[in-house]
Amino acid sequence: MIKDITIGQFFPGKSPVHRMDPRVKIVLTMVFIIMLFVADKIWGLLIGIAFTVFAYAISRIPGKMILKCLKPIVPIIIFTAVLNLFFIRTGKKLFEAGFILITDDGVNTAVFMVVRIICLIVGTSLLTYTTSPIDLTDAIERLLSPLKLIKVPVHELAMMMTIALRFIPTLIEETDKIMSAQKARGADMETGSIVKRARALVPVLIPLFVSSFRRAEELALAMECRCYHGGEGRTRMKQLKVSCVDFVAVAVTVVFFAGIIVINHLV
Amino acid sequence: MSDFIQAKNLKFSYINEIEEPPVRTEVLKDINLEIHKGEFVAVLGHNGSGKSTLAKCFNAINIPESGTVTVNGLDTKDEDNLLEIRKTAGMVFQNPDNQIVATIVEEDVAFALENMGVEPNEIRKRVDEALKTVGMYEYREHAPHKLSGGQKQRVAIAGVIAMQPECILLDEPTAMLDPKGRAEVMKTIKQLNREHGVTIVLITHYMEEAAQADRIVVIDSGDIVMDNVPKKVFSQVSTLKNLGLDVPQVTQLAYGLKKAGYDISTEIITEDECVEALERILADA
Amino acid sequence: MAVIKTENLSYVYGEGTPFRKIAVDNVNIEIEEGEFVGVIGHTGSGKSTLIQHFNGLLRPTSGKVFVDGEELWKDKSKLRALRFKVGLVFQYPEYQLFEETVYKDIAFGPTNMGLSRDEIDRRVRETARMVGLSPSLLEKSPFDLSGGQKRRVAIAGVMAMEPKVLILDEPASGLDPKGREQILGLIRDYHKTTRNTILLISHSMEDVAKHSSKILVMNNAQVFCYDTPQRVFHRANELEQMGLAVPQITRVFNRLKARGISIDEDVYTVDFGRKLLLERLKKE
Repeated sequence: MIKDITIGQFFPGKSPVHRMDPRVKIVLTMVFIIMLFVADKIWGLLIGIAFTVFAYAISRIPGKMILKCLKPIVPIIIFTAVLNLFFIRTGKKLFEAGFILITDDGVNTAVFMVVRIICLIVGTSLLTYTTSPIDLTDAIERLLSPLKLIKVPVHELAMMMTIALRFIPTLIEETDKIMSAQKARGADMETGSIVKRARALVPVLIPLFVSSFRRAEELALAMECRCYHGGEGRTRMKQLKVSCVDFVAVAVTVVFFAGIIVINHLV
Repeated sequence: MSDFIQAKNLKFSYINEIEEPPVRTEVLKDINLEIHKGEFVAVLGHNGSGKSTLAKCFNAINIPESGTVTVNGLDTKDEDNLLEIRKTAGMVFQNPDNQIVATIVEEDVAFALENMGVEPNEIRKRVDEALKTVGMYEYREHAPHKLSGGQKQRVAIAGVIAMQPECILLDEPTAMLDPKGRAEVMKTIKQLNREHGVTIVLITHYMEEAAQADRIVVIDSGDIVMDNVPKKVFSQVSTLKNLGLDVPQVTQLAYGLKKAGYDISTEIITEDECVEALERILADA
Repeated sequence: MAVIKTENLSYVYGEGTPFRKIAVDNVNIEIEEGEFVGVIGHTGSGKSTLIQHFNGLLRPTSGKVFVDGEELWKDKSKLRALRFKVGLVFQYPEYQLFEETVYKDIAFGPTNMGLSRDEIDRRVRETARMVGLSPSLLEKSPFDLSGGQKRRVAIAGVMAMEPKVLILDEPASGLDPKGREQILGLIRDYHKTTRNTILLISHSMEDVAKHSSKILVMNNAQVFCYDTPQRVFHRANELEQMGLAVPQITRVFNRLKARGISIDEDVYTVDFGRKLLLERLKKE
């Protein structure tokens, strides 16, 4: 059923990675990205791969999820590979036919870049696999809260995110219902030119807008009734706490990072 | 002690400023009403009679144009009282979808407490209690959009009772529910009233629900036209019908028999009373 | 002749996923032309899914649906034409209004049917009158109307397609008692004048009992029974067991019977109950 779709790609679980403080997860994900860019040799990247595999293993995210997150970027991977393979002309010649010239430098760089991109996507996806959208929003709000000092409406932005997440399924369901209702009145949304189809959406979009405004108004009223008055003086039920798991995670990340730096110097 | 909610010469109008010149619609004319602590009051009236507007005067969403409304001694006109009044008189709305803010049940129940700046440990405690009271504790980690209408409405009620209000205003909370959801919500409301002493103001279109209240207030075009115990209110069958309202089927039946000349009370509002009375007149005949 | 007929109709949601759910399970039903059918069943019983098959909004997972003797989905190009024979009014239909004027909104269906301008005009005016909208409202924006009026516009929009079968999902929900009575009254009048088949889905047993000539009870994705109100309410105990609320008046009479008072007939409306009691009291 349409209402069973999930938002984002959160994969619920109780692994140590799931239990980590989302703030720490976000920071470590950033460290991970830096790590990949610090590694300037394929050997350094192998450590990055090891780190990714290790993190996936303890988070118990099924392997097919890795393939799933890579699917949308396959064109980018191919493009990068082709670009490096054919356009790097330094190094030892491996193959030549007409204007095509492939060198060992080209092959090395292509492999290096592809591995880096794959690592980057797979590694950062782990953040969204193991953290629910609401926790993410929450963590971002708290990480960005120093920006409040320079008048960035951090709380308001986070509140908007939360409400959007809350209402996406409701609005999808509603769209489905309005579409059925207009189809039952003979609206034809499946055939005809693009212009015709776009026009056929008007009977769906207008009611959807009208009802969204009504919902927004009612929600605002309901929030007011529950004493909402902005972020000032607000507390939170769920306190984010940095625990042992987080310290271990930080330590592990530091070890891997150090490994990369060492390899960079050794090889 | 004075009455819990008190409206004195309450007048209220909506002003439509889009029109030129602005159009003023008088919704509440001159309302005088007292609601006592611990009472279960049902408010009846057809669509547009002003009953929703009245309820919104009780938690300072609407501020009287003239006259006063006090909640637990606090004047709704005074802005400083605003949060205290909202804490004292919580409100539940008709559409369960449009009053749930968070993507997880327990987060939503915590919403009001977070706004009030309650300590995290205390929030946790009160949220769990509230969810247990409405029987939704097992669903605390669910996403609200996957719940049934009745369950969503109970979550909304939990979100209000977590504030530990002395009174809950419910604006047609069962209108969008199926009979099962309706029964769940009614059971919760009655339990809050009986076991926790919460004052209830229930706006409804369902006569069977109103019949369960201690007292019924009937509103018509901005005036209170009846204010009595359910038995007395429902015995006025023709008056209610003229107001665009209805009576429970059993009352309707008793009324029909009475009109045909049989000796039967017109103050019958429950099935039990009806069965008793019918058995008696059939035995007499 | 049956205007709607299903043969071993089944519908499964989310086939091949963990959410797989049989919503309609091997339903065989024949609805005769001109009936006023009340459809009841609790939420999730499959009644909404079933009726969405009757005008081809859903395609059966297996089995067949016939409308006016023709099989839906046999020839996909004919689907749209067949869909016009079965009008479907969803719950809270006022939320589907979108045109600038009431007139245009009611005309949306007939225009999609490709009718002539004169014919559209006739239908719009006729149905507006039928649902009790005064001609002066036709040029207004539907968004400026009251809730009850909006609902009438939406219902008129489907009636204007002059379907042989009109299906209404909870047309009276959210209205006050008078509003309920008015909406149901206009549906009854429409049935009387046009003799078209009506399917009325409702949670209110009282409403269904009052208006229907036949009642279809859905339970656990299957047809529990399809019969006259008299016979359906004869099984009041079974209905209550599946969580359906029978009319209050039926419960009262059943309790009288349980107390040893012999009442032969099944009572499901107040009027009938009163008549029965009065006759009995007079006799004795």
